[in-house]
Amino acid sequence: MSILDLTALELSAAIKEKKYTVTDAVKAVLDRIKECEEDFNCYVTVDEEGALSKALSVQKGIDDGTLTGPLAGVPVAVKDNMCTEGLLTTCSSKILYNFVPTFSSEAVLALEKAGAVIIGKTNMDEFAMGSTTETSFFGPTKNPRNPEHVPGGSSGGSASAVAANECFFALGSDTGGSIRQPASYCGVVGMKPTYGRVSRYGLIAYGSSLDQIGPLCKDVADCAAVMEAICTYDPKDSTSVSRDDNDFTSALKDDVQGLKIGIPRDYFKEGLDDEVREAVLKAVDVLKSKGAIVEEFDLSLVDYAIPTYYTIAAAEASSNLERFDGIKYGYRTEEYNGLHNMYKKTRSEGFGDEVKRRIMLGSFVLSSGYYDAYYLKALKVKALIKKAFDEAFSKYDVIVGPVAPTTAPLLGKSLSDPIAMYLSDIYTISVNLAGLPGMSVPCGTGKEGLPIGIQFIADCFKEKNIIRAAYAYECASGNYHKSVTCGKDGE
Amino acid sequence: MANIISDETIEYVGILAKLELNDAQKEAAKKDMASMLDYIDKLGELDTEGIEPMSHVFDVKNVWRDDVVTNGDDRENIISNAPGQKDGMFEVPKTFD
Repeated sequence: MSILDLTALELSAAIKEKKYTVTDAVKAVLDRIKECEEDFNCYVTVDEEGALSKALSVQKGIDDGTLTGPLAGVPVAVKDNMCTEGLLTTCSSKILYNFVPTFSSEAVLALEKAGAVIIGKTNMDEFAMGSTTETSFFGPTKNPRNPEHVPGGSSGGSASAVAANECFFALGSDTGGSIRQPASYCGVVGMKPTYGRVSRYGLIAYGSSLDQIGPLCKDVADCAAVMEAICTYDPKDSTSVSRDDNDFTSALKDDVQGLKIGIPRDYFKEGLDDEVREAVLKAVDVLKSKGAIVEEFDLSLVDYAIPTYYTIAAAEASSNLERFDGIKYGYRTEEYNGLHNMYKKTRSEGFGDEVKRRIMLGSFVLSSGYYDAYYLKALKVKALIKKAFDEAFSKYDVIVGPVAPTTAPLLGKSLSDPIAMYLSDIYTISVNLAGLPGMSVPCGTGKEGLPIGIQFIADCFKEKNIIRAAYAYECASGNYHKSVTCGKDGE
Repeated sequence: MANIISDETIEYVGILAKLELNDAQKEAAKKDMASMLDYIDKLGELDTEGIEPMSHVFDVKNVWRDDVVTNGDDRENIISNAPGQKDGMFEVPKTFD
């Protein structure tokens, strides 16, 4: 078994037992990246020098007993919308093609404090706007399980890097499904925490009321360990919440006896592929056989989640992306006539089509005369959606359903019809609107070898219910991480 | 298609969004926006009379702190990201005559 096949927790244990050094782990990942990147394009930036030098200082910390945590010495990949001090951070956009932050995001600092080693920055849909990682200025990422298909998005680089063993775990961000959907498409475990659990300080904002950072991992135990490291209270993020229940690994119990699981009928209606439906229901049966109490119910309002989301997210994006004006950082157009012309040309040349589409829609729904009809209406529907979940969670500990209606689409087939692409987020998006935690766990393989994911959703701050159900399912199913072949070993 | 975006509207959105579109892009944007608005109009099916708009899912309060500087002077590094810089300052095009 190669060092690369270890999970994050296994690797850190092996390093503590002196079976491997941190440098061994970093070098193994760097070699793997060299071998696979041509095939998959998971990374925008690989920080070889920084990672190798960090490996030495982390090793010292482990040897002298200052770094004792379960992530010490583990190489991690970070989505390229989280600021990393001194390391290029592009949001996969031309407009930030040369931006080197002067500070690191709080989640990255938390990982560094835990002794994880940042290997590089992963590819994504430009400004996290997309569901396929095809809107990246740096070209699409391929799905390692089948490189003719997309990895999903927007955290497609992070999901692919985990699936291809090009890191031991990764950070992503989830505004409407951007961790869970690529995790599902790539066959890895991905979690979106409750809104407010992880500081958004240093995360380049898309839809601030929806954005949340979370882990993409090889298994559920790794995911719980990373959650413990990144869930911190941060006064620099005014929506950060102070909690004393961040001991997520305590929920890694292979026991769902009496756990009440709700199955929303609306998630299994028309539009869901048969192979996905079958795999998810089979997984539900596994949980039932282990003593979970399973019941179907009507969640309602599912069809209204996507229009609500696109109104709110576009509105927030149009405001958040005003800062990219060619003055303080990033790209500036070469020729211009005065300040306003410079702004307009810089932004028109610097942003891609999908980003411009959402900025324009957002500007429109916030404009005077349309604000009440569109933006305010969406906020009211959001309140109704939240209420529907509140009612469901008065009856159930966990809601279980599919992550996405299909497996990963073919490359090049999604961007021409934006609304059809948006529909791939139908089961993930309402979780963000209601601020809930959600997790995607592999539950089978469909045609073309493409993975299928099952989604666990819990009430706010009840991540432990999710982890308990997901861990029990993983134990029973034996669906453990297997990587893929690439480069030379693919020949 | 129920929504029709006029030339004036797309011009106005361009000003708000600070984006410059050529004629072909304008036509595409009009079509895109109209179909998105058609889709969003689905929300009109729901009766939201008396519902409070929810901007935040939790009951959040303003977070106050004393106005104390905690970060150091990082001027050189910050300025080094600017596309235009002069004498340690951001350089911008002339803003008024």
